[in-house]
Formats: sequence, C-alpha cells, structure tokens
Amino acid sequence: MNLAPRRVADDKDKLPQLPGSLHVNRRLSQWLRFLRDGTIEVRSGKVEIGQGIATALAQIAAEELDVQIGRIRMVAASTAGSPDEGVTSGSRSVQDSGLALRHACAEARAIYLEAAAARLGVPVESLSVADGEISSTDGAHTSYAALADDALLERDASASIAPKEISKHRLVGTSAERIDLAAKVYGQPRFVHDFELPNMLHARVLRPPSPAATLNVLDAARTRALPGVIAVVRDGNFVGVLAEREEIALKGLERLRQDASWQETETLPDASTLGDWLKAQPAETTLVAERGAGAKSAAVETRHARYTRPYLAHASIAPCCAVALWDEERLRLWTHSQGIYNLRADLALALALPPERIDVEHMEGAGCYGHNGADDAACDAALLARAAPGRPVKLQWTRTDEMAWAPFGPAMTIEIEADLDAGGDILAWRHDIWSNGHSSRPGRAKSPTLLAAAQIDAPFERVIAINPPPAAGGGAERNAVPGYDLPAWRISSHRLLTMPIRTSALRSLGAYANVFAIESFLDELAAHRGEDALAYRLRLLSDPRSRAVLEAAARRANWQGWQMREGRGHGIGFARYKGNGAWCAVIAEIEAAREIRVERLVIALDVGLAINPDGVINQIEGGAIQATSWTLKEQVRFDRTRIAGTWDDYPILRFSETPKVEVELVLRQEEPPLGAGEAAQGPTAAAIANAVFDALGVRVRDLPLTPERVAAAMA
Amino acid sequence: MPDEPTAAVTRLLVNGTEHEVSASADTPLLYVLRNDLGLKATHFGCGTGQCGACKVLIDGRAVASCDTPLWAAAGRSITTVEGLGSAAHPHALQRALIAEQAGQCGYCLPGILASAAALLALRPEPSETEVRAALDENLCRCGSHNRIVRAVLRAARESTEQAG
Repeated sequence: MNLAPRRVADDKDKLPQLPGSLHVNRRLSQWLRFLRDGTIEVRSGKVEIGQGIATALAQIAAEELDVQIGRIRMVAASTAGSPDEGVTSGSRSVQDSGLALRHACAEARAIYLEAAAARLGVPVESLSVADGEISSTDGAHTSYAALADDALLERDASASIAPKEISKHRLVGTSAERIDLAAKVYGQPRFVHDFELPNMLHARVLRPPSPAATLNVLDAARTRALPGVIAVVRDGNFVGVLAEREEIALKGLERLRQDASWQETETLPDASTLGDWLKAQPAETTLVAERGAGAKSAAVETRHARYTRPYLAHASIAPCCAVALWDEERLRLWTHSQGIYNLRADLALALALPPERIDVEHMEGAGCYGHNGADDAACDAALLARAAPGRPVKLQWTRTDEMAWAPFGPAMTIEIEADLDAGGDILAWRHDIWSNGHSSRPGRAKSPTLLAAAQIDAPFERVIAINPPPAAGGGAERNAVPGYDLPAWRISSHRLLTMPIRTSALRSLGAYANVFAIESFLDELAAHRGEDALAYRLRLLSDPRSRAVLEAAARRANWQGWQMREGRGHGIGFARYKGNGAWCAVIAEIEAAREIRVERLVIALDVGLAINPDGVINQIEGGAIQATSWTLKEQVRFDRTRIAGTWDDYPILRFSETPKVEVELVLRQEEPPLGAGEAAQGPTAAAIANAVFDALGVRVRDLPLTPERVAAAMA
Repeated sequence: MPDEPTAAVTRLLVNGTEHEVSASADTPLLYVLRNDLGLKATHFGCGTGQCGACKVLIDGRAVASCDTPLWAAAGRSITTVEGLGSAAHPHALQRALIAEQAGQCGYCLPGILASAAALLALRPEPSETEVRAALDENLCRCGSHNRIVRAVLRAARESTEQAG
C-alpha cells in the first residue's frame, strides 16, 4: 500500500485537530474566496456525482456566511488548488467536507467582520450580516464584496470560531432546490461529455474482446487511410484511434476491430457455480468481529443458510469520458473521477511523470455509484492524447467498454449459522463472507490500478482488489456485524487472492449482500419460531434509533393491518449503514406472478440533521429503486472467456416496473448529519426477498430474484 | 476505397432554424447535433437506440438520434431540448421537472423530455400508466423514475389548466 494520502495526515498529526477535512487542508483560502461582485467561490474536494452534494455544501456555506445560496459558486475540484479530500465515497461527504466548510466559513465570516470593524471604526460586536451586507448598530455599512481581499484568508484555520447553533439555521435543514438541476433540464453543457475545446480531437479505444486477451496482430493501414484519422496508437495490448470527427473515430474503431486478431484464454469462472467457486479460491481470512463465547452446550439446534450475490455493474447511462491535453510535457485532464488527487497519483505512476506536471480538473459525469471507469477513461485519454501533443483529445467509452470493462461490484457468498436454544432464541451467530476485495481505487497502491496500465507494453501488474480498512467501514465485511443484541457472534471475511473479473467499490460495498443475508436469515429464524418478523426484530433491538425507524416504517405501511392475498407478500429489512451511519428500515410489498413485481416500498430513515431533507429523500428513493433493480434483475453475464457488454445482457428496471416509494424522515435535526446515499440498498433487498417468502413460502437465497431463480426455489 | 466516407452538404431543420452541415450522409444525427451544431443537450448513451439518452423529436416523434443517419433526418423538423424551451421561456415539462426536483445526475433528462413531449402532444391528459409506458424506452439509473412521472403528470395538468 502506498500511503501517500495518509503521509499528509501524519504530518498534520502534530497540529491541533481540526474538524472534518479541515484537518488536512488547513488553509482557509483553499476553501473559499470572496469576490468583488458579491459572489463567493466555495471549493470542496468532494464532487457532484448526481447525489446533490454541491447543493448541500452550498447550503452549509451560505448558512455560515449569512448570504443567499445564489451568491455561492461551487468551484470544480482541481488539483491546482482544491482541498484534497481523498475520494467522494462512503457517504462521508457531508461529514468530511460539510463539517470542514461549516467551520471554515464561520471563521472566514469572523475575519471579514474584523476587517469591517476596522474599516468602519466600530466594535465588531455591533456588526451583523444580511446577504453579505455588513451593517453596524449605528448605521455604518460595508459588505463582503467591498472588503473582498484574498490576503485575508491566506492563513490556517484555527476552528476557534463556533459555527452557528443549529436552532439558528435558516437555510440548512430546508429543501433548497438543486443548484445544478435547472441547467440540466434546459440542456446546457455541463457534463465532461459536453466539454469542448478549440481544435479538439475525438478518440476511441479498441478494447480486447475478453479480459485476458492479448493482441496477436494489428494491421492499422486501413484505419490510418480513413480521411480524418489523425493517429492510431498501439502500446502493447492498448489500442486507440484519434480523429478529427467523432463519427470518423467510430469508423476507425470498427476497422481496427476487423483488422485485429487476439489470443483469447478461458480465465473466467463458471457462472452457474459462482457461489462454490468463490469458496474454492485462495483467500486471506480476517476475523472481523467476535463477541462472547456462545454457550454451545445449551444449543439444541444449529441452523445454517447460504446467500449469494452476482457481480453487479455500475451501468451508468453515460459511458465514461475524459478530455486530455499534452502541452510541453505537461498533462491537463478533465475527468469525472471521484478522487482527482488519487487519480493523479496513479497517472504519475502509469505515465512515469512527476505529479506536479499533471493537472486534473473535475467535471460532472452521469450518475456515479462507486468506482466506475472514470479514472480508467482518464488514463486512456492521456495515453491517446500523447499522440497529438498540443491538441485536446476527448475520449468517449463505448457502451460495451462501460458494461464489460468498468470494475464490477464483486460477487459474494455469505454463510450464516445460528445456534438456537430450546425456545428458538439465538445463542451464537456465525457469518462468513467469500468475496473479492471491494476496492481497486487508484492512488493507494505501489502499482497503478488504472485499466490501461495493465495493457500497455510494459504493463503494471494488475492489483488484486483489497477491502477498505474497518475505520472506513470495511469492504466485503461492511455491515456484516449484526445491529441486534445477540449474545455471541463470530464474523469472518475471506478475501480472494485471485481476480479473473476486476472488482471494486459499488454503492454500499458489502453492505448490500450482508444485510440481505442477515435480514433474510433473521426472517427464517422468526418464521421457524412462528413469530412476526417485526416483533422478532424489535425484541432483539434495544437501540432506540433502530427501533424508531422500524416502528415508523411499520406504522406507515400498516404492517399489522396487512391483508393476506394470493400471490402477494410483504417483508421487512433493516440496517444501520456501516454500524455508525444512517438508520434505515424498509417494508416491501410485492406481487409474485410470472415474475416478482415490487409494488411499494415504505422506508423510514434517520440521518440525524438532514441538511436538505428533499435531497435526502431523493437519494433514498433513488437508492431503493436502484437496489430493486439489482435485486430483481441484475447480474453480469459471462462465459469462460468473455464478459457480455450490452443493455440486452444487463437489463435494469424500467419506468413501468418501478415501485411506488414512500420515504419518512425520522427528523433529528439536533443530531450530527449522516450520509444517505447508501443506507437503503441492503434493507431494500432484504425486504423484497422476505416479501417473496411471505407470498410464496419459499426462500430465494441467490440474487437476483429472477423468475428462473424463484421457479428453481419452488421446485 | 469504395466505403470511404465522403462529406456532403445536408440541409437540416433544427429548432426552427435551417442549417447546412458537411458530413457523410451515414453520420448519426447525434454527432451532427452535438459536434457540428453545438447542441449538447442530446446525450450519447449506447449508440444502439436502447437507452433513450439521445432521443430528439423528429416531426413530433421521439426518435433515437444515435441510430438515425443524417440522410434520414434531412428535410424533417428536428427539435432538441434547446428548442423545447429555455430558462427564459421554459416548456411546461421543464418547469415541472424543476418543481418536482425530478433528477439526480440529470444525464437522461433530455431524452426523457423528448419522449414526454411527444406523449403530451398526442395525449394531453395521460394516465400514470400511460406516462410510464411512454418512458419505458428511456433508462434512468439514478432511480428518479417516480419524480419524473410526477413531473410529466404535473406538466400535463398545468398545460390543460392553462389551455382550459
């Protein structure tokens, strides 16, 4: 592991602790800047990936500065000066960046008030701020705009200024409109895909037909002969084409495909026995958690079940894209990466270039649900643009690049065992996970994890995915420790040391499958005892916030008043994300006919202080609908050689299949804010599977819950 | 070579304005709109007409511009989201999408606007089921489906109220 990002933190450890990301980005000028026109630039290292974070952060800044949200201009993250906040992941942005901005803006406001007091010759206590206008009790007046001076914020934060009390908030805690939505609805260029520079070229990469394929022969003559083709690049197994026009780049790609011959090898597992294959691989075993010894002698019965999930794809609507420009041995990149500094670190390795010679700037991409191909596309663009120095190159992935070459969320096998006493109560609980690691993110290893780095002529070794550390919520083991009051447990994780299919972080990481497994198994135990699924859970939960979301969801869905009908079922799922994040309970109502149809999801959620309640609800609705899609339909298709790469092979939920989603926020505006983007995935899967059991009386333990799987379980 | 692409001049009517574009006749309309005319609202998603991100209105019908060749679009009336409305003069659907905060990443919205506009032109007061059916060729990955459906129904309601 390359601890480069942490080395920064180590130095800062000698300094007093500052809140959130302010600790490692202490300069106030890194965070905000007052302009003469009355606007305030706010910089965050966390990036907009469709989740609405830019709006939430703008609200926090505007709140502390006492300005209207319209005065805040969120500046695109850039290695040229933005705070280094690592990666926008793990539902941590509100905690890390929001907290830092809250304190940085409070301090900046105080500094400007000091400056105002000096200019007006009045005591600072006599000043107040309204939308950036600063007035004293005796009528003197100035403004942030009039005082704007970059030198004022050229100092380290002290966090000595207390931010506003929550009870005084007027903007945080309200459902401000998304600051980016109108531009998108009017079709204004906003995405990196829409970015255009003068004299720009268009490029495509010829990806191999299968993950282990090597290039035998490439005859690029026909492609080079196409009018408008500027260059064909070949570097080992990495091939691409640059052209003046986009459709010419596509024609070139087609010709290259016809004129390349590849050596392919069967390296992929047998998809039909994936659950067994995972268990048979060499693995590194970690004891995740252990509690109590478990009174084995008192156990009268041990129950066991195995659950699996397949590889899952990000399947973003926009295939990845990047723009690169080489100029005088300097590289500029525009990317939708979640972590611009980490990307730069890996690019420096892959391109053998000092990081100071690489500038990376963030631009929005389409929805990002984890470590997708954005970083890979940036590397592709950099490699191709080297062939046309001085000209910007836009590299657009194809749909197949996106579906077959972005990292996947790993397949998982989970086995749970419970020792039960004579009354059917749990004495001990064991949970084992077999999975590839859930992170291949760049910037963390000695070798770059970028896709093309393993394809070029002097290839870097493919880094086997790891699991993020427990302090970051872990990877495969995320949410494997039950949130229930069980007397004894032992949780183990077996991380695969082989990786024929490249894996990395996908929204909620291991939590989706672990919560699916735990909540399914609890349901099995409740049914075994003949106890109501909700009552059973509440009996095992003393944490009041856990109980509150379960009770709120049950009330809203009228759990007790459910009318049994042929072919219909309801089920429940619950988890506290990462064991320290948002609390979420989901009740699913389904109809099981030819296929499983989710009719309604009722969700209760506790995120502490909701900076933007409608933004939180939007994230939860989206998370639950996406999880419904994963749970009912999604699995990456592959044979022993190739991974399938079209929408036909990987269908996702459509408008007519989307359930009604009702979200109830259990408001706790006095509690610290928690992220919402990943809270609903696991509970949604579990609630749907439990509803299938309620409707059909069979347990489907292998995701997705396709008609074939349900039929197999019933047979 | 016989299959060399040759640029020819095609006349295109986009958002009420006639343009002359110089591109091979088999160029997908999508790239002409985006790269020749600078209309970036229309987005690439798959190139095979399966996701709806690139839909535009051609003579009032929502069509995937990624697999519509330039020659097939010539002489017909093409409307992109830029032509549907603007911040100054929004289309009812655009107003409604903002009112319902119906989007997360927003990448799929232009294609959805094309499908929804075609539906409302044909059926000013659609049922929820009809809206969902009309949007079934548009994929959304963020899970904004229900908000988008509410927005289309709101736009229909507000347009008919205004008309009535």
